[in-house]
Formats: sequence, C-alpha cells, structure tokens
Amino acid sequence: MTVVAPTGTEAPGVAWRGFTGEHWRRRVDVRGFIQANYTPYEGDAAFLAGPTTRTRTVWEKVSGLFPEERRKGILDVDTAVPSTITSHAPGYIDRDRELIVGLQTDAPLKRAIMPNGGLRMVENGLRAYGYEPDPFVTKVFGTYRKTHNAGVFDAYTPEMRRARKAGIITGLPDSYGRGRIIGDYRRVALYGTAILIKEKKAERSLLDTKPSTPDVIRDREELAEQIRALGELEEMAAGYGCDVTRPAATAHEAVQWLYLGYLAAVKEQNGAAMSLGRTSTFLDVYLERDLAEGRIDETRAQELIDDFVIKLRIVRFLRTPEYDALFSGDPTWVTESIGGIGRDGRPLVTRTSFRYLQTLYNLGPAPEPNLTVLWSPRLPEGFKTFCAQVSIDTSSLQYESDELLRPCTGDDTAIACCVSAMTVGEQMQFFGARVNLAKAMLYAINGGRDEMTGEQIAPESEPLTGEYLDHDELYKAYDRTLDWLAATYVDALNVIHYMHDKYAYERLEMALHDHPVHRTMACGIAGLSVATDSLSAVKHARVKVIRDADGLAVDYEVEGDYPAYGNNDDRADTIAAELVRSFMEKVRRHPTYRDAEHTQSVLTITSNVVYGKHTGNTPDGRRAGQPFAPGANPMNGRDKHGMAASALSVAKIPYEAARDGISLTSTVTPEGLGHDPAERAGNLAGILDAYTASGGFHMNVNVLDRATLEDAMEHPEKYPELTIRVSGYAVNFVRLTREQQLDVISRTFHGAM
Amino acid sequence: MSTVSSMGRIHSWDLSTGVDGPGTRFVLFVNGCPLRCLYCANPDTWRMRDGRLVTADEVMEQVDKHRGFITAARGGVTVTGGEPLLQPAFTGEILRRSKERGLHTAVDTSGLLGARATDEMLADTDLVLLDIKAFDVGTYRSLTGGRLAPTLNFATRLDRLGVPVWVRYVLVPGWTDDKDSVDGLGEFLSGLGNVDRVDVLPFHKMGAAKYEALGIPFPLRDNPVPDRELTDRVREQFREHGLRAL
Repeated sequence: MTVVAPTGTEAPGVAWRGFTGEHWRRRVDVRGFIQANYTPYEGDAAFLAGPTTRTRTVWEKVSGLFPEERRKGILDVDTAVPSTITSHAPGYIDRDRELIVGLQTDAPLKRAIMPNGGLRMVENGLRAYGYEPDPFVTKVFGTYRKTHNAGVFDAYTPEMRRARKAGIITGLPDSYGRGRIIGDYRRVALYGTAILIKEKKAERSLLDTKPSTPDVIRDREELAEQIRALGELEEMAAGYGCDVTRPAATAHEAVQWLYLGYLAAVKEQNGAAMSLGRTSTFLDVYLERDLAEGRIDETRAQELIDDFVIKLRIVRFLRTPEYDALFSGDPTWVTESIGGIGRDGRPLVTRTSFRYLQTLYNLGPAPEPNLTVLWSPRLPEGFKTFCAQVSIDTSSLQYESDELLRPCTGDDTAIACCVSAMTVGEQMQFFGARVNLAKAMLYAINGGRDEMTGEQIAPESEPLTGEYLDHDELYKAYDRTLDWLAATYVDALNVIHYMHDKYAYERLEMALHDHPVHRTMACGIAGLSVATDSLSAVKHARVKVIRDADGLAVDYEVEGDYPAYGNNDDRADTIAAELVRSFMEKVRRHPTYRDAEHTQSVLTITSNVVYGKHTGNTPDGRRAGQPFAPGANPMNGRDKHGMAASALSVAKIPYEAARDGISLTSTVTPEGLGHDPAERAGNLAGILDAYTASGGFHMNVNVLDRATLEDAMEHPEKYPELTIRVSGYAVNFVRLTREQQLDVISRTFHGAM
Repeated sequence: MSTVSSMGRIHSWDLSTGVDGPGTRFVLFVNGCPLRCLYCANPDTWRMRDGRLVTADEVMEQVDKHRGFITAARGGVTVTGGEPLLQPAFTGEILRRSKERGLHTAVDTSGLLGARATDEMLADTDLVLLDIKAFDVGTYRSLTGGRLAPTLNFATRLDRLGVPVWVRYVLVPGWTDDKDSVDGLGEFLSGLGNVDRVDVLPFHKMGAAKYEALGIPFPLRDNPVPDRELTDRVREQFREHGLRAL
C-alpha cells in the first residue's frame, strides 16, 4: 500500500526544510506561511497532466457504485454506531492503489448516523431508505442523551413555532447540523497536532485566571473538548498509519494530513455545509518543494490532487427526504476557494490552483468539491482563460468577487457553503437559513394572516382594504411586518445556536480555529425579486386586489406594465437594494447569541422551489406555488436584456448590507458566448471582469442548452455526469427532483439573438 | 457640427455577447430596412415607422450607464437593426460619440446603402459587420429584393479605407449553399485585405414566432436548416481561400 510511512519524531526543522519566514514558526499563522513561501504562477494550462491509469482505476472503482446509490437513495448505512472521529475502522476504496486514504466509515459511500443533531432526523432518514433505526441508539438518544433538536424545541416560543410552520421563516438548522464552519485543516499539515494541542492548552490557561462566569465556563469546556478532539484525530490517523502529531514532511503527507483533518470533521458533524477552505495555494508550497527536490514529477503532483478530490467527491451524510426537497441532489458543500489576489498585489494563483480545476477533466465534471474561484480583473490572463474554459466545458464553477472580499475578510478568505465569506481559522458563522420576504408582503396586506391558511401568524394589524393597492400604504404595512419578522427571526436563531453549541458542538472544526473566534449571525432572505417586482408593480402600474369571502386577499391583477428587476433599470433595481438595506438594519436592532456580528445573505440554494410552493399569488403577477427566482436572481423570463443587464441589476445590491453573500445564477447557451471555444472563453472572462468591476459579488455560470436539459429529463441514464450550478452549489442534474428540474429549465437562458 | 442631438427610430437596445462583434457589447437595434430577406429573423424591425423615436442623447445615456461594463468586458457599441445606414445621421452620431468615449464601435449592415456612410462616419467605425447575403446576383435579388453590387462596392471601399470587416454569411440550404457561389465569394473576399473573419451563420427559425405575431407569412418556414456537415463544408470552402471562417 502507498500510505505515507511515518518517519518517527522528526523535528519541524526537517519538515520545514527550505521554508522561509519567521512569524508562522512562532505561532499558528498559516496565512503568514503561505505569503512567505508560495510561488505565483502566471502562465497557462499547458503544463497540466492527464489522469494516470492508477487514478482512472480508483475513480472507476468508486464511481461504479454511483448508479446503485442513485437507484437506492443511499448505498449503505451503519444504523448502530453513531459516528465520531474514531467510531469506525479504517476504510478503503482500493487499498493498494489509493494515494490519499481515509473514509467516513469502513466502506466507501456507506453513511453514518449522527444523532447529536436530532434523533428524529436520523430515524426518518433511515426509514426513508428502508432501514430500521437501531433500538439501542433510540434508547440512548431518547432517554440518556439529549439532542440539539430536543433542546431547541424546549426553548422555542409559540410564535416561533407558528412562523416556522407557516413557512415565513424556513429551513432553520433546528433539526440538522448548522454547518458553514470551516476548520483550518491546513494547520494539521503545517504544524501537526502536537503543536496545535500545545497552542490550545496555552489559550486555555489564559482562561484559568478569569472568574468562572457562564461565558468563561463555556469557553473552558469548549477548549477542553477541542483538545480532546485533536487527540481523537491523532488516533484515527494512526489507524491509517499516519502520524499526524508531527508536521507533514512531504507534499504527499501534506495532502494526507490536511485530508485527515477534514475527514475528522465530517466524521463528527453532519453540517449542512462542510466546506474545505482555501487549500490549493497552501499545498502548492509543498508540491513545488517536492518537485524541486525531484521527489515527484507533474504526473505525481496531479495524481495526489486527483486522489484527494476523489475523497472529497464521496463525502456523504444521511439526510431526510424533506431535507432533500430543500437542498436537492445530496449536496455537502465541500467548498474550496481558489485564486484571488494577495494584499501585496501578487495573485494567489499557483500551479495547484490549475491542478484543482484540472480534476474536472481528469475525473469528469462533478458537483463536489464546490470549486469557487475568487475572481479579480487583476488575476493572470492564463488563469482567467482556463477558468472560463472549464466553466464552458463543465458548468461546475462558481465565482465570487475577490475585490469585495479582500477588504472585508482579508486575503485568506474562504467561502463556506455557497457565498459565505470568512477568514480561515479566525471566523465562524451561526448559519441562519432565511425568511420569506414575498410571503411577508402578503401578511402585510392581510393584517398578519397567512394567505393560504387564513391563520393569524404575525401580530394582528389593520389589513389593506382598497380595491387597488396603494404604494405608500403597502410600504408602511410591509415595513411593520418586516420589523416583526426580523425580531422573531433573530430570536429563533439565538435559541438554535445556543442549543447547537450545547448539544452538538463542532469540537474538531473549532479546534482548528483561533480562540477567541469572531462569530457572525448569518441571517438570510428569500423572494427578493418577487417582493421587488411587486412593489414596482404597485408603484408603476395598477394592482387590483381580489379577496375571498372572508376578506382575505388571495389574488392580484396587474393592469399595465411595470419595470422589472433584472434589466438594469434603476426604477426596479433601487427597490431591491433598499429592501436588502432595510432588512439588514432591522436585523441589527436585535441582540445576538454570543454577540455575533449580524450579517445576511440573498441566497436560496434550491429552496426557492419549496418557498414558492408555500407562497400564494403575489402582486407582481406570480402565481401561487410558482417557484421564486433563486437567490438574488431576477424572476425567470423577466430579465429581457441579456445576461449582462441581468447581472448589472444584481450588482446594485450593496455588499455592505449583505456581507453573507448575494447569489446570482446565470445560464447562457454556448452560442451566447461566441462562435468558437477561444472566443467564448475570452468573452466569459470579460463578463466576469466587468461584473466584478461593477460591484457584482457572486455568479454561478452554466453554459448549457435547454434542449440538453430536456433530453436529460427524459433519458437520465445518458447524462450521469451532467452538472449544473443552481444557487451557490452544483448538482448532478439527474439527481434533482422533477419539480426542481422543471424550475431550472424554466429559467432564463441567455442566448444568441 | 450641429449641437442638436439627432433623432432616430429604434426597436430596442440590449447587451449581447459573442454575436455582434468582440466581447460583450451595447447593441442598438434601429428600425427600418430596405431589404426583405426571406430568412429575416427580425421582421419587427422592417418598418421605420414602427420604431420608437428617440434622441441620440437618450441612447448615449444608456451607453454611458454601461460604459464601465462593456469596456471591462472587452466589448463596445454596435449599431444594428434593421439597417443602420437608413438613418445615417443618427447612426453616425452614435458611433462618433461612442468613439469619443474611447469605446470600440461597430456597425452591422447589408452594405446596400454603403454610399450613405460618409468617410467621417467610417473613421469613427472600428469594425463593420458586413452581411453579404449571397454572391450570385440573381439569387441575391430573389432572396433579398435588392441589388448585390452596392454591397461589393462598399466592401472594396472599406478595404481602401482600412476599416476591418467581419463578413456574415447566412447559410440557407437551397439558397446560399451553392458551391460555386461560395467559392466566388471566398475568392472576392480573399482579394480584400481587411476581412478579419467570415462568420458562417446557420439559418434558424427562431424568428418564426414574430411573423406569427405580426400576421405575416414566414417565407422560409418550411425550408430546412443546414446540418453540421453542410456548415462545415462551407466554412472549409472559405478557409481554402485563406479566410478565417467561424
């Protein structure tokens, strides 16, 4: 087998041979290490190596299991042993051929249960796929060990429960792992766990002199758990023959150590998004050193990355069908951030940035890892062209503005999940899902009653009674409803994160953060384009209200035309920007758990379909049940001036009022980018430059024909690899629910006219 | 020079990528065209009186709004239609004022009215997208209702003035796929020094719905669209004349 042989207790001097810089040696400072040691690469993709027979064999062995997994929903699950870092014996795909080893359980694609988040979630997940929950597990987590989910429901108020049930506050992480926390897994490779434990003990000893207030007690307990988790990581790694107590001494070890750190996290937590961070340029330092030492060649360098990515592609969690309806296609959000520019102006692009993208050719397109390019017009042309080419060929990349990120979270920022930026190892977030802004408007019109059930959900207020909606009247009522919504929302999030810390604390991920950590409370909004267009319709056209026998407004007739969001028309776009700004202000008025900094996102992922389903007719003319546009997208078909105008509208939403990200998903046909591959790549790179320069934050790029997707719906077996970006992540198209497939097909395809 | 902004009849504006010149461009569609090409995809731009009357100031306001974007996106401004040279003063002013702003400028024309383009206007034009609809005089007349000669004269004049040209050739089976005609056009173009590329555009029927909406019969409704093989053959024919055909 090819696992790295432990070489005993080498001093860091050997592992760190040839590295420069001082500060990172004295304290944990991965960014400092990268800055002192990386080699920017400004060339093109010509140096890259294709897949070896070994890589193909390993990948075919595991991808050969996918059809059965797709058919059954899950391939296999261990129902009896709740997952911990050390719960399962080592597992392999092909022990003799794998370069990078480690699986979540003892077999590939075999899922594990993680009942700390919630027992019901585990039981429903098992039953959905035909497995019976283990009686002993049920007894332990039903009787002796309380879960996060149980804790939350003990502390929810009736109002929170009502808002949640009505679907105005949705997708809350109250029964599943919150995720969106990125451990700095690079630390395991650079320092080894012995040094990391020593550092954690030092952080802990600073707390020993403080009075034992509740906050200090919690911090002490958490640090103790972090140290324990690092010890468990050592034990798990030893099972694979790897001594991670010491720093990695070669590139092979660096990739392996880093992966083992990540593996420990996904063995411990079933987080909604388990993102990887920003690892390519870090690993490049090791790969360049080994290449210079003649230890490896380009083919082996690529093999290491390919093997690592194979592992990232097969991370699996046990989830329920309800979860799948919200976030379809079994996503794990192993988000990796690539590229960007350093504070000193040097691009953070290295040969390994290219190697990560090359995996989409060597292994074929795939949704995971969620490869995210931090884009700047200042990136080297060779890299820009390659990214654009990869997007055109695979539709597997997303882009986020490095120009907006760098000033806020620095040049060691990584994206968690889809669009959530954080400084690696220094920041974490409390994930807060989102509220439904479109439904809130209907509540404002109906005096707080739900438009579908007639139930009183928001506090009772005077309903709007005019035959036509009056803009000022509507705006005032809406503003009051949003005040209530923001208060209820932040309050519910505080309950959730208190309980998550208490019952499902991310020990290992937090062990790979500094103490104290900076926390954000990541709120979110859905239905922005529906709310915007509704207000625009009321302002610029006439909207007649249709009420049922009980006086409940149930439908609207739009008389005349109105400017719609998505056409670079300020009359509509400023409404969207103002809504985002105003809701952010409302959220900021409410205190947060652990004094987290308030942020919000404009992101729906695939939940735009479910939110739409639970929302009645809206004053913009949208029909009840019709999906919302995803994220900050304009409503499907209403952006009539092409991809660029649509993107320019979205770019007007101020990042300072949505620091947790603003998501835009664009689909363009190949012809819509030009006549030949080179021209298309240049034009796409140009659009990304221009969008970034115009203040745009995020863009998912799909280069697809509608006909291809329609054919894939009819003949899924022909398209096992067809990958599309939906909203902040990518999925195998054939794994979406039928409703979601239809939603994707109904979206605007920007084509050649 | 008049300081009063000229007026024009336009259909709409758009931002487009990869179709109307390099990069992502601000594309102005003007109304009114002297030709009635059987395959026309934009019958709603035929009549000038159907267009919206706007001043060049209004158009430039829109251009300015997108200036940063189209510059960063390696694009510029394209006037198309309809036939831009049917409104030469208006088109000329848009090109001149775009050029003054440092933007790359292009005009998309059949060349029939090439004589109406002044040398000054062409000095403000970085690229002409020249639609040569057919190379056989008879076919040209049956297909478009117009004469071919002015287009070829215009092409020669553009060469003399050193204005780069992208030729657009819509490939319609049974109409413009004749081997000898394609060769003839290839030979003519290879004699010019300013043809950067020849776009062979496969005929499509995406405009059919517009005909229906306007209540006009779509003459080529039942005409087949070219297959891959034919398109490749025609591109290859142009390449044999040393042209860059896409």
